Amino acid sequence: MSVAIDTTGALALNAHCARCIDNDELEAWTQLFTEHCLYRVTTADNHAQGMEASLIYADSRAMLNDRVLSLRTANVYEKQRYRHLVGLPSLLEDTPRGRRSETPFVVVRIMRGGETSLFATGRYLDELVIDGGDTLRLASRVVVCDSHNIDTLLAIPL
Amino acid sequence: MSVTAPANNAPLTFWPPGNLTRVPYHLYQEPAVLDAEQQRIFEGATWNYLCLEAELPQPGGYRTTFLGRMPVVVARDSDGEVYAFENRCSHRGALIVLDDGGTARDFQCVYHAWRYDRQGNLKGIAFQNGVNGEGGMDPAFCMKSHGPRKLRTSVFCGLVFGSLSDDVPDLEDYLGPEIARGISRVLHKPVQILGRFKQTLPNNWKLYVENVRDTYHASLLHVFFTTFRLNRLSQKGGVVVSECGGNHISFSAIDPIAENGEDYKTEELRSEKDDFKLEDATLLKGIDEFGDGVTLQILSVFPGFVLAQIQNTIAVRQVLPEGLETTALNWVYLGFQDDTPELRTMRHKQSNLIGPAGFVSMEDGAVGGFVQRGIASAGAQEAIVEMGGDSVRSQSSRTTEASVRGFWKAYRFHMGADS
Ligand code: FES
Ligand SMILES: [Fe+2]
Repeated sequence: MSVAIDTTGALALNAHCARCIDNDELEAWTQLFTEHCLYRVTTADNHAQGMEASLIYADSRAMLNDRVLSLRTANVYEKQRYRHLVGLPSLLEDTPRGRRSETPFVVVRIMRGGETSLFATGRYLDELVIDGGDTLRLASRVVVCDSHNIDTLLAIPL
Repeated sequence: MSVTAPANNAPLTFWPPGNLTRVPYHLYQEPAVLDAEQQRIFEGATWNYLCLEAELPQPGGYRTTFLGRMPVVVARDSDGEVYAFENRCSHRGALIVLDDGGTARDFQCVYHAWRYDRQGNLKGIAFQNGVNGEGGMDPAFCMKSHGPRKLRTSVFCGLVFGSLSDDVPDLEDYLGPEIARGISRVLHKPVQILGRFKQTLPNNWKLYVENVRDTYHASLLHVFFTTFRLNRLSQKGGVVVSECGGNHISFSAIDPIAENGEDYKTEELRSEKDDFKLEDATLLKGIDEFGDGVTLQILSVFPGFVLAQIQNTIAVRQVLPEGLETTALNWVYLGFQDDTPELRTMRHKQSNLIGPAGFVSMEDGAVGGFVQRGIASAGAQEAIVEMGGDSVRSQSSRTTEASVRGFWKAYRFHMGADS
Protein backbone atom coordinates (compact mmCIF):
# COMPACT_ATOMS: atom_id res chain seq x y z
CA MET A 1 0.00 0.00 0.00
CA SER A 2 1.05 3.54 -0.52
CA VAL A 3 0.26 4.85 2.97
CA ALA A 4 3.32 6.57 4.39
CA ILE A 5 4.04 7.79 7.87
CA ASP A 6 4.72 11.43 7.18
CA THR A 7 3.80 14.87 8.45
CA THR A 8 0.59 14.98 6.46
CA GLY A 9 -0.55 11.67 7.93
CA ALA A 10 0.40 12.68 11.46
CA LEU A 11 -1.44 15.98 11.09
CA ALA A 12 -4.60 14.22 9.94
CA LEU A 13 -4.42 11.62 12.74
CA ASN A 14 -3.86 14.27 15.42
CA ALA A 15 -6.72 16.32 14.04
CA HIS A 16 -9.03 13.30 14.20
CA CYS A 17 -7.96 12.56 17.77
CA ALA A 18 -8.68 16.09 18.92
CA ARG A 19 -11.96 16.27 17.05
CA CYS A 20 -13.23 12.98 18.48
CA ILE A 21 -12.50 14.06 22.06
CA ASP A 22 -13.80 17.60 21.72
CA ASN A 23 -16.97 16.48 19.94
CA ASP A 24 -17.61 13.78 22.55
CA GLU A 25 -17.04 10.91 20.13
CA LEU A 26 -14.79 8.95 22.45
CA GLU A 27 -15.85 5.60 20.98
CA ALA A 28 -14.42 6.75 17.65
CA TRP A 29 -11.31 8.06 19.41
CA THR A 30 -10.35 4.59 20.67
CA GLN A 31 -10.47 3.32 17.08
CA LEU A 32 -7.52 5.54 16.24
CA PHE A 33 -5.35 3.26 18.39
CA THR A 34 -4.05 -0.18 17.46
CA GLU A 35 -5.56 -3.14 19.23
CA HIS A 36 -2.43 -3.67 21.35
CA CYS A 37 -1.70 -0.03 22.02
CA LEU A 38 -0.23 1.85 24.93
CA TYR A 39 -1.89 5.04 26.15
CA ARG A 40 -0.55 6.78 29.24
CA VAL A 41 -1.04 10.16 30.84
CA THR A 42 1.84 11.39 32.96
CA THR A 43 3.65 14.63 33.79
CA ALA A 44 6.91 16.18 32.66
CA ASP A 45 8.48 15.72 36.12
CA ASN A 46 7.65 12.04 36.26
CA HIS A 47 8.71 11.54 32.66
CA ALA A 48 12.05 13.29 33.19
CA GLN A 49 12.78 11.22 36.29
CA GLY A 50 11.93 7.99 34.52
CA MET A 51 9.03 7.30 36.86
CA GLU A 52 6.54 4.99 35.26
CA ALA A 53 3.31 5.58 37.15
CA SER A 54 0.46 7.08 35.16
CA LEU A 55 -2.75 8.95 35.78
CA ILE A 56 -4.32 6.88 33.02
CA TYR A 57 -2.77 3.64 31.79
CA ALA A 58 -4.13 1.43 29.04
CA ASP A 59 -2.17 -1.28 27.28
CA SER A 60 -4.95 -2.34 24.94
CA ARG A 61 -7.70 -0.68 22.94
CA ALA A 62 -10.09 -2.75 25.04
CA MET A 63 -8.91 -0.93 28.15
CA LEU A 64 -9.53 2.39 26.42
CA ASN A 65 -13.00 1.19 25.51
CA ASP A 66 -13.57 0.26 29.14
CA ARG A 67 -12.58 3.74 30.22
CA VAL A 68 -14.96 5.31 27.76
CA LEU A 69 -17.80 3.03 28.84
CA SER A 70 -17.04 3.81 32.48
CA LEU A 71 -17.16 7.54 31.77
CA ARG A 72 -20.50 7.03 30.06
CA THR A 73 -22.12 4.78 32.63
CA ALA A 74 -20.32 4.69 35.97
CA ASN A 75 -18.23 7.73 36.75
CA VAL A 76 -19.79 10.80 38.28
CA TYR A 77 -18.42 14.15 37.20
CA GLU A 78 -19.79 17.53 36.37
CA LYS A 79 -20.60 18.15 32.73
CA GLN A 80 -17.54 19.50 30.96
CA ARG A 81 -15.86 19.52 27.58
CA TYR A 82 -12.49 20.23 26.10
CA ARG A 83 -11.16 22.25 23.23
CA HIS A 84 -7.83 20.97 21.94
CA LEU A 85 -5.36 23.14 20.11
CA VAL A 86 -2.85 20.71 18.69
CA GLY A 87 0.43 21.99 17.33
CA LEU A 88 2.53 20.74 14.50
CA PRO A 89 3.95 17.23 14.75
CA SER A 90 7.68 16.67 14.58
CA LEU A 91 8.38 13.38 12.86
CA LEU A 92 11.28 11.68 14.61
CA GLU A 93 13.16 8.41 14.23
CA ASP A 94 11.88 5.16 12.80
CA THR A 95 11.00 2.30 15.10
CA PRO A 96 10.80 -1.40 14.19
CA ARG A 97 7.04 -0.96 13.75
CA GLY A 98 6.69 2.61 12.56
CA ARG A 99 7.88 6.05 13.47
CA ARG A 100 7.97 8.32 16.50
CA SER A 101 6.47 11.75 16.51
CA GLU A 102 6.07 14.50 19.06
CA THR A 103 3.28 17.07 19.07
CA PRO A 104 2.53 19.92 21.48
CA PHE A 105 -1.01 20.55 22.67
CA VAL A 106 -3.12 22.96 24.69
CA VAL A 107 -6.42 21.85 26.22
CA VAL A 108 -9.01 24.34 27.38
CA ARG A 109 -11.76 23.03 29.66
CA ILE A 110 -15.28 24.42 29.53
CA MET A 111 -17.35 23.66 32.62
CA ARG A 112 -21.10 23.35 32.94
CA GLY A 113 -21.34 26.77 34.54
CA GLY A 114 -19.52 28.39 31.63
CA GLU A 115 -16.10 28.71 33.23
CA THR A 116 -13.49 28.39 30.51
CA SER A 117 -9.95 27.75 31.68
CA LEU A 118 -6.60 26.53 30.52
CA PHE A 119 -6.68 22.95 31.77
CA ALA A 120 -3.54 21.31 30.43
CA THR A 121 -0.58 21.86 28.15
CA GLY A 122 1.92 19.26 27.13
CA ARG A 123 3.15 17.05 24.37
CA TYR A 124 2.10 13.81 22.80
CA LEU A 125 4.94 11.32 22.42
CA ASP A 126 3.57 8.97 19.80
CA GLU A 127 4.49 5.91 17.87
CA LEU A 128 2.65 5.91 14.57
CA VAL A 129 2.22 2.67 12.66
CA ILE A 130 0.45 1.48 9.55
CA ASP A 131 -2.15 -0.88 10.88
CA GLY A 132 -3.93 -3.53 8.84
CA GLY A 133 -1.94 -2.53 5.76
CA ASP A 134 -3.58 0.80 5.06
CA THR A 135 -4.59 2.72 8.19
CA LEU A 136 -2.42 5.09 10.17
CA ARG A 137 -2.93 4.45 13.90
CA LEU A 138 -1.35 5.17 17.24
CA ALA A 139 0.54 2.18 18.58
CA SER A 140 1.59 4.27 21.54
CA ARG A 141 0.73 7.69 22.91
CA VAL A 142 2.32 9.02 26.08
CA VAL A 143 0.65 12.26 27.08
CA VAL A 144 3.24 14.28 29.00
CA CYS A 145 1.56 17.18 30.79
CA ASP A 146 3.77 20.17 31.51
CA SER A 147 2.29 20.80 34.95
CA HIS A 148 2.41 18.24 37.72
CA ASN A 149 -0.93 19.51 38.99
CA ILE A 150 -4.45 18.50 37.91
CA ASP A 151 -7.34 20.80 38.73
CA THR A 152 -10.05 18.77 40.50
CA LEU A 153 -10.09 15.72 38.23
CA LEU A 154 -9.16 14.28 34.86
CA ALA A 155 -12.29 12.64 33.56
CA ILE A 156 -12.13 13.00 29.79
CA PRO A 157 -8.83 11.74 28.37
CA LEU A 158 -6.39 14.28 26.92
CA MET B 1 -2.81 7.58 74.96
CA SER B 2 -2.73 10.66 77.11
CA VAL B 3 -2.57 14.01 75.44
CA THR B 4 -3.14 17.42 76.86
CA ALA B 5 -4.36 20.21 74.67
CA PRO B 6 -2.08 23.25 74.69
CA ALA B 7 -2.94 25.38 77.70
CA ASN B 8 -3.44 28.67 75.89
CA ASN B 9 -6.14 27.23 73.65
CA ALA B 10 -9.19 29.14 74.69
CA PRO B 11 -12.42 27.46 73.58
CA LEU B 12 -13.48 28.75 70.21
CA THR B 13 -16.52 30.93 70.34
CA PHE B 14 -17.67 29.77 66.93
CA TRP B 15 -17.95 26.16 68.02
CA PRO B 16 -21.49 24.92 68.48
CA PRO B 17 -22.72 23.12 71.55
CA GLY B 18 -23.90 19.56 71.21
CA ASN B 19 -22.53 16.28 69.93
CA LEU B 20 -20.53 15.01 66.98
CA THR B 21 -23.54 14.35 64.77
CA ARG B 22 -23.82 17.96 63.60
CA VAL B 23 -21.17 19.94 61.78
CA PRO B 24 -21.77 23.66 61.29
CA TYR B 25 -21.08 24.72 57.72
CA HIS B 26 -19.29 27.89 58.67
CA LEU B 27 -16.32 25.75 59.76
CA TYR B 28 -15.58 25.40 56.05
CA GLN B 29 -16.05 29.08 55.34
CA GLU B 30 -14.39 31.33 57.91
CA PRO B 31 -10.86 32.68 57.53
CA ALA B 32 -10.51 32.79 61.33
CA VAL B 33 -11.11 29.03 61.47
CA LEU B 34 -8.40 28.39 58.91
CA ASP B 35 -5.93 30.47 60.93
CA ALA B 36 -6.87 28.75 64.18
CA GLU B 37 -6.44 25.36 62.50
CA GLN B 38 -2.94 26.28 61.40
CA GLN B 39 -1.95 27.18 64.98
CA ARG B 40 -3.85 24.58 66.92
CA ILE B 41 -3.89 21.58 64.63
CA PHE B 42 -1.03 21.64 62.14
CA GLU B 43 1.40 23.51 64.40
CA GLY B 44 -0.14 21.98 67.52
CA ALA B 45 0.14 18.62 69.26
CA THR B 46 -0.19 16.52 66.12
CA TRP B 47 2.10 14.42 63.94
CA ASN B 48 2.00 15.53 60.32
CA TYR B 49 3.18 13.37 57.45
CA LEU B 50 6.09 15.15 55.73
CA CYS B 51 7.61 12.79 53.16
CA LEU B 52 8.92 9.29 52.64
CA GLU B 53 12.23 8.16 54.00
CA ALA B 54 12.86 6.69 50.55
CA GLU B 55 12.98 10.27 49.26
CA LEU B 56 16.03 10.93 51.46
CA PRO B 57 18.08 7.78 50.93
CA GLN B 58 21.52 9.34 51.52
CA PRO B 59 22.93 11.96 53.89
CA GLY B 60 22.35 15.32 52.25
CA GLY B 61 19.08 14.24 50.67
CA TYR B 62 16.29 16.74 51.19
CA ARG B 63 12.65 17.46 50.25
CA THR B 64 10.45 20.50 50.65
CA THR B 65 6.97 19.94 52.04
CA PHE B 66 4.38 21.55 54.32
CA LEU B 67 3.01 21.46 57.83
CA GLY B 68 -0.45 22.74 57.00
CA ARG B 69 0.44 25.95 55.21
CA MET B 70 3.88 26.28 56.81
CA PRO B 71 6.64 25.52 54.30
CA VAL B 72 9.10 22.93 55.61
CA VAL B 73 12.46 21.45 54.61
CA VAL B 74 13.19 17.84 55.52
CA ALA B 75 16.82 16.77 55.27
CA ARG B 76 19.01 13.83 56.22
CA ASP B 77 22.24 14.92 57.85
CA SER B 78 25.58 13.08 57.85
CA ASP B 79 24.64 11.44 61.17
CA GLY B 80 21.93 9.59 59.25
CA GLU B 81 19.10 11.30 61.15
CA VAL B 82 16.17 13.08 59.50
CA TYR B 83 15.70 16.73 60.46
CA ALA B 84 12.96 19.19 59.56
CA PHE B 85 12.72 22.94 59.87
CA GLU B 86 10.60 25.79 58.67
CA ASN B 87 11.48 26.81 55.13
CA ARG B 88 11.77 30.48 56.11
CA CYS B 89 14.96 32.45 56.21
CA SER B 90 15.49 34.05 59.60
CA HIS B 91 16.70 37.25 57.94
CA ARG B 92 13.70 38.55 56.00
CA GLY B 93 11.57 35.47 55.69
CA ALA B 94 12.24 34.29 52.14
CA LEU B 95 11.98 30.60 51.32
CA ILE B 96 15.38 29.05 52.00
CA VAL B 97 14.92 26.14 49.58
CA LEU B 98 13.15 26.76 46.29
CA ASP B 99 13.02 23.32 44.69
CA ASP B 100 11.20 20.07 45.45
CA GLY B 101 14.24 18.13 46.58
CA GLY B 102 17.69 16.85 45.83
CA THR B 103 20.97 16.60 47.69
CA ALA B 104 22.81 19.45 49.36
CA ARG B 105 25.74 20.05 51.69
CA ASP B 106 23.93 23.05 53.15
CA PHE B 107 21.28 25.56 52.14
CA GLN B 108 21.76 29.15 51.12
CA CYS B 109 18.99 31.71 50.88
CA VAL B 110 19.09 33.39 47.46
CA TYR B 111 18.03 36.79 48.79
CA HIS B 112 21.09 37.83 50.88
CA ALA B 113 22.95 34.51 50.98
CA TRP B 114 22.45 33.58 54.63
CA ARG B 115 23.46 29.95 55.05
CA TYR B 116 21.91 27.06 57.00
CA ASP B 117 23.06 23.53 57.76
CA ARG B 118 20.94 20.43 57.17
CA GLN B 119 19.50 20.67 60.66
CA GLY B 120 18.24 24.21 60.07
CA ASN B 121 20.88 26.03 62.09
CA LEU B 122 21.94 29.46 60.85
CA LYS B 123 25.63 29.06 60.02
CA GLY B 124 26.63 32.03 57.93
CA ILE B 125 25.70 35.66 57.32
CA ALA B 126 27.02 37.34 54.20
CA PHE B 127 29.21 40.36 55.02
CA GLN B 128 28.64 39.71 58.73
CA ASN B 129 31.60 41.92 59.61
CA GLY B 130 30.85 44.49 56.93
CA VAL B 131 33.19 45.58 54.18
CA ASN B 132 36.41 47.47 54.89
CA GLY B 133 35.43 47.78 58.51
CA GLU B 134 32.10 49.41 57.77
CA GLY B 135 28.58 48.07 57.96
CA GLY B 136 27.91 44.49 59.01
CA MET B 137 25.98 43.04 61.88
CA ASP B 138 26.28 44.04 65.49
CA PRO B 139 29.02 41.85 67.04
CA ALA B 140 26.49 40.85 69.69
CA PHE B 141 24.18 39.25 67.12
CA CYS B 142 23.82 35.61 68.04
CA MET B 143 23.35 33.24 65.13
CA LYS B 144 22.43 30.39 67.48
CA SER B 145 19.33 32.14 68.76
CA HIS B 146 18.12 33.09 65.29
CA GLY B 147 16.93 30.34 63.06
CA PRO B 148 13.83 28.92 61.45
CA ARG B 149 11.54 26.93 63.70
CA LYS B 150 12.61 23.30 64.07
CA LEU B 151 10.26 20.35 63.99
CA ARG B 152 10.55 17.13 65.91
CA THR B 153 10.66 14.26 63.46
CA SER B 154 9.75 10.62 63.82
CA VAL B 155 9.91 7.86 61.26
CA PHE B 156 7.55 4.89 61.16
CA CYS B 157 7.74 2.25 58.42
CA GLY B 158 9.54 4.70 56.16
CA LEU B 159 7.01 7.51 56.71
CA VAL B 160 8.52 10.73 58.04
CA PHE B 161 6.26 12.67 60.38
CA GLY B 162 6.98 16.05 61.92
CA SER B 163 5.61 18.05 64.83
CA LEU B 164 6.20 21.46 66.31
CA SER B 165 4.89 20.29 69.66
CA ASP B 166 6.82 19.09 72.69
CA ASP B 167 3.62 17.66 74.15
CA VAL B 168 2.62 15.35 71.34
CA PRO B 169 2.96 11.69 72.40
CA ASP B 170 5.41 9.38 70.66
CA LEU B 171 4.37 8.70 67.09
CA GLU B 172 3.40 5.07 67.70
CA ASP B 173 1.20 6.06 70.64
CA TYR B 174 -0.33 8.81 68.53
CA LEU B 175 -1.13 6.29 65.79
CA GLY B 176 -2.51 3.69 68.17
CA PRO B 177 -1.86 -0.05 67.84
CA GLU B 178 -4.39 -0.85 65.10
CA ILE B 179 -3.29 2.01 62.86
CA ALA B 180 0.38 1.17 63.40
CA ARG B 181 -0.41 -2.42 62.43
CA GLY B 182 -2.33 -1.24 59.38
CA ILE B 183 0.67 0.77 58.20
CA SER B 184 3.24 -1.94 58.83
CA ARG B 185 1.01 -4.48 57.11
CA VAL B 186 1.52 -2.57 53.83
CA LEU B 187 4.86 -0.81 54.21
CA HIS B 188 6.74 -3.87 55.39
CA LYS B 189 9.77 -3.68 53.10
CA PRO B 190 11.71 -1.08 51.09
CA VAL B 191 9.44 0.88 48.80
CA GLN B 192 10.12 2.35 45.40
CA ILE B 193 8.48 5.58 44.31
CA LEU B 194 6.64 5.05 41.03
CA GLY B 195 5.30 8.56 40.52
CA ARG B 196 4.16 11.81 42.10
CA PHE B 197 1.02 13.73 41.20
CA LYS B 198 -0.71 16.74 42.63
CA GLN B 199 -4.41 17.45 42.53
CA THR B 200 -5.93 20.79 43.48
CA LEU B 201 -9.34 20.45 45.09
CA PRO B 202 -11.86 23.30 45.03
CA ASN B 203 -12.87 22.95 48.67
CA ASN B 204 -11.86 23.25 52.30
CA TRP B 205 -9.34 20.59 53.37
CA LYS B 206 -11.73 19.13 55.96
CA LEU B 207 -14.20 18.10 53.27
CA TYR B 208 -11.55 15.88 51.73
CA VAL B 209 -10.34 14.28 54.97
CA GLU B 210 -13.96 13.65 55.93
CA ASN B 211 -14.54 12.04 52.55
CA VAL B 212 -11.58 9.70 53.14
CA ARG B 213 -13.17 8.58 56.42
CA ASP B 214 -16.68 8.41 54.98
CA THR B 215 -17.25 4.72 54.35
CA TYR B 216 -20.94 5.40 53.72
CA HIS B 217 -20.44 7.05 50.31
CA ALA B 218 -18.13 4.44 48.81
CA SER B 219 -20.60 2.18 47.05
CA LEU B 220 -23.04 5.02 46.35
CA LEU B 221 -20.83 7.64 44.71
CA HIS B 222 -18.29 5.28 43.15
CA VAL B 223 -20.33 2.99 40.97
CA PHE B 224 -17.48 1.64 38.85
CA PHE B 225 -17.27 -1.59 40.82
CA THR B 226 -20.97 -2.23 40.94
CA THR B 227 -21.60 -1.23 37.33
CA PHE B 228 -18.97 -3.62 36.07
CA ARG B 229 -19.99 -6.32 38.54
CA LEU B 230 -16.60 -6.37 40.17
CA ASN B 231 -17.96 -6.15 43.67
CA ARG B 232 -17.65 -9.37 45.53
CA LEU B 233 -20.84 -9.72 47.44
CA SER B 234 -19.10 -12.05 49.83
CA GLN B 235 -16.66 -9.39 50.93
CA LYS B 236 -16.43 -8.65 54.57
CA GLY B 237 -14.94 -5.58 56.08
CA GLY B 238 -15.28 -2.90 58.64
CA VAL B 239 -14.07 0.35 60.02
CA VAL B 240 -11.56 0.86 62.80
CA VAL B 241 -11.43 4.17 64.65
CA SER B 242 -8.48 4.97 66.90
CA GLU B 243 -9.07 5.95 70.50
CA CYS B 244 -8.44 9.64 69.84
CA GLY B 245 -10.91 9.43 66.95
CA GLY B 246 -8.64 11.06 64.40
CA ASN B 247 -7.12 7.98 62.79
CA HIS B 248 -9.02 5.28 60.97
CA ILE B 249 -8.86 2.21 58.78
CA SER B 250 -11.61 0.98 56.54
CA PHE B 251 -11.05 -2.35 54.87
CA SER B 252 -12.69 -5.05 52.88
CA ALA B 253 -11.49 -8.57 52.49
CA ILE B 254 -12.37 -11.69 50.63
CA ASP B 255 -14.06 -14.17 52.89
CA PRO B 256 -12.80 -17.57 51.70
CA ILE B 257 -15.65 -19.45 53.36
CA ALA B 258 -18.31 -17.35 51.70
CA GLU B 259 -16.46 -17.47 48.42
CA ASN B 260 -16.54 -21.24 48.32
CA GLY B 261 -20.15 -21.28 49.32
CA GLU B 262 -23.10 -21.72 47.02
CA ASP B 263 -24.38 -18.17 47.56
CA TYR B 264 -21.36 -16.69 45.93
CA LYS B 265 -21.47 -19.04 42.96
CA THR B 266 -25.11 -18.27 42.38
CA GLU B 267 -24.36 -14.56 42.51
CA GLU B 268 -21.57 -14.90 40.06
CA LEU B 269 -23.77 -16.75 37.62
CA ARG B 270 -26.32 -14.02 37.83
CA SER B 271 -23.65 -11.41 37.35
CA GLU B 272 -22.60 -13.01 34.10
CA LYS B 273 -25.85 -11.92 32.56
CA ASP B 274 -25.34 -8.26 33.27
CA ASP B 275 -24.76 -5.96 30.36
CA PHE B 276 -21.68 -4.12 31.47
CA LYS B 277 -18.47 -6.04 31.65
CA LEU B 278 -14.89 -4.98 31.29
CA GLU B 279 -13.59 -5.78 27.83
CA ASP B 280 -10.10 -6.08 29.28
CA ALA B 281 -10.53 -7.65 32.70
CA THR B 282 -6.77 -7.96 33.26
CA LEU B 283 -7.17 -4.65 35.09
CA LEU B 284 -8.27 -6.51 38.19
CA LYS B 285 -6.35 -9.76 37.97
CA GLY B 286 -4.25 -8.73 40.93
CA ILE B 287 -2.52 -10.93 43.44
CA ASP B 288 -3.03 -11.20 47.18
CA GLU B 289 0.42 -9.77 47.85
CA PHE B 290 -0.06 -9.32 51.58
CA GLY B 291 -1.45 -12.81 52.03
CA ASP B 292 -4.50 -11.84 54.06
CA GLY B 293 -7.18 -11.40 51.43
CA VAL B 294 -7.61 -7.70 52.19
CA THR B 295 -8.33 -6.10 48.83
CA LEU B 296 -8.82 -2.59 50.14
CA GLN B 297 -7.37 -0.75 53.09
CA ILE B 298 -7.84 3.00 53.42
CA LEU B 299 -6.00 4.37 56.43
CA SER B 300 -5.88 7.93 57.71
CA VAL B 301 -3.88 9.71 60.37
CA PHE B 302 -5.09 13.00 61.79
CA PRO B 303 -4.88 15.57 60.43
CA GLY B 304 -3.95 15.00 56.78
CA PHE B 305 -2.29 11.67 56.02
CA VAL B 306 -3.76 8.82 53.99
CA LEU B 307 -2.27 5.45 53.09
CA ALA B 308 -4.33 3.48 50.61
CA GLN B 309 -4.02 -0.03 49.30
CA ILE B 310 -6.58 -0.87 46.66
CA GLN B 311 -5.83 -4.30 45.21
CA ASN B 312 -2.17 -3.94 44.20
CA THR B 313 -2.02 -0.16 44.15
CA ILE B 314 -0.27 1.49 47.06
CA ALA B 315 -0.32 5.25 47.46
CA VAL B 316 0.22 7.83 50.13
CA ARG B 317 -1.71 11.08 50.05
CA GLN B 318 -0.89 14.29 51.87
CA VAL B 319 -3.84 16.64 52.34
CA LEU B 320 -2.86 20.29 52.79
CA PRO B 321 -4.95 23.43 53.06
CA GLU B 322 -3.77 26.01 50.53
CA GLY B 323 -6.59 28.39 51.37
CA LEU B 324 -10.09 28.38 52.74
CA GLU B 325 -11.48 26.80 49.58
CA THR B 326 -8.36 25.30 48.05
CA THR B 327 -6.76 22.04 49.07
CA ALA B 328 -3.63 20.37 47.77
CA LEU B 329 -3.71 16.62 47.46
CA ASN B 330 -0.22 15.24 46.96
CA TRP B 331 -0.08 11.66 45.72
CA VAL B 332 2.92 9.35 45.76
CA TYR B 333 2.38 6.03 44.01
CA LEU B 334 4.47 3.23 45.48
CA GLY B 335 5.76 -0.19 44.64
CA PHE B 336 8.42 -2.31 46.30
CA GLN B 337 12.01 -2.56 45.22
CA ASP B 338 11.65 -6.32 44.78
CA ASP B 339 8.52 -6.19 42.59
CA THR B 340 8.52 -8.69 39.77
CA PRO B 341 7.93 -7.16 36.31
CA GLU B 342 4.46 -8.74 36.28
CA LEU B 343 3.51 -7.22 39.62
CA ARG B 344 4.87 -3.84 38.55
CA THR B 345 2.75 -3.93 35.38
CA MET B 346 -0.25 -4.87 37.49
CA ARG B 347 0.34 -1.83 39.72
CA HIS B 348 0.43 0.40 36.65
CA LYS B 349 -2.79 -1.08 35.30
CA GLN B 350 -4.55 -0.78 38.62
CA SER B 351 -3.37 2.80 39.02
CA ASN B 352 -6.39 3.48 36.79
CA LEU B 353 -8.42 3.04 39.97
CA ILE B 354 -6.73 5.85 41.91
CA GLY B 355 -5.59 9.45 41.45
CA PRO B 356 -7.28 12.37 39.67
CA ALA B 357 -8.41 10.10 36.81
CA GLY B 358 -9.15 7.06 38.97
CA PHE B 359 -12.19 4.94 38.21
CA VAL B 360 -12.96 4.87 41.93
CA SER B 361 -11.44 8.13 43.03
CA MET B 362 -12.02 10.81 40.43
CA GLU B 363 -15.33 11.56 42.12
CA ASP B 364 -13.61 12.27 45.43
CA GLY B 365 -11.73 15.14 43.82
CA ALA B 366 -14.93 16.87 42.84
CA VAL B 367 -17.44 16.06 45.54
CA GLY B 368 -15.91 18.40 48.13
CA GLY B 369 -16.40 21.22 45.67
CA PHE B 370 -20.06 20.25 45.33
CA VAL B 371 -20.42 20.67 49.09
CA GLN B 372 -18.44 23.89 49.18
CA ARG B 373 -20.74 25.39 46.53
CA GLY B 374 -23.84 23.86 48.06
CA ILE B 375 -23.32 25.50 51.42
CA ALA B 376 -22.44 28.94 50.02
CA SER B 377 -25.22 30.71 51.89
CA ALA B 378 -25.83 28.14 54.60
CA GLY B 379 -23.22 29.12 57.17
CA ALA B 380 -25.82 29.05 59.93
CA GLN B 381 -26.94 25.51 59.03
CA GLU B 382 -25.40 22.18 59.94
CA ALA B 383 -24.53 18.91 58.25
CA ILE B 384 -26.00 15.67 59.62
CA VAL B 385 -23.46 13.01 60.51
CA GLU B 386 -25.75 10.48 62.11
CA MET B 387 -25.38 7.37 59.98
CA GLY B 388 -24.68 4.40 62.27
CA GLY B 389 -25.65 6.32 65.39
CA ASP B 390 -23.58 8.85 67.27
CA SER B 391 -20.60 6.78 68.40
CA VAL B 392 -17.02 6.83 67.16
CA ARG B 393 -16.53 3.12 67.80
CA SER B 394 -14.97 0.59 65.46
CA GLN B 395 -17.53 -1.62 63.77
CA SER B 396 -17.97 -4.26 61.13
CA SER B 397 -20.51 -2.25 59.17
CA ARG B 398 -19.34 0.36 56.74
CA THR B 399 -22.77 1.95 56.54
CA THR B 400 -21.68 4.29 59.23
CA GLU B 401 -20.16 7.71 59.71
CA ALA B 402 -18.31 6.66 62.86
CA SER B 403 -14.90 7.59 61.51
CA VAL B 404 -16.16 10.98 60.30
CA ARG B 405 -17.39 11.65 63.84
CA GLY B 406 -13.99 10.41 65.02
CA PHE B 407 -12.33 13.10 62.93
CA TRP B 408 -14.50 15.75 64.57
CA LYS B 409 -13.75 14.35 68.00
CA ALA B 410 -10.03 14.83 67.38
CA TYR B 411 -10.64 18.18 65.70
CA ARG B 412 -12.63 19.53 68.64
CA PHE B 413 -9.97 18.31 71.03
CA HIS B 414 -7.12 20.05 69.22
CA MET B 415 -9.12 23.19 68.56
CA GLY B 416 -9.87 23.44 72.25
CA ALA B 417 -13.59 23.10 71.85
CA ASP B 418 -14.09 20.74 74.73
CA SER B 419 -11.58 22.13 77.19
S1 FES C 1 15.95 36.88 53.34
FE1 FES C 1 17.28 35.23 53.39
S2 FES C 1 19.19 36.19 53.42
FE2 FES C 1 17.87 37.88 53.44
FE1 LIG D 1 -14.54 8.13 47.72
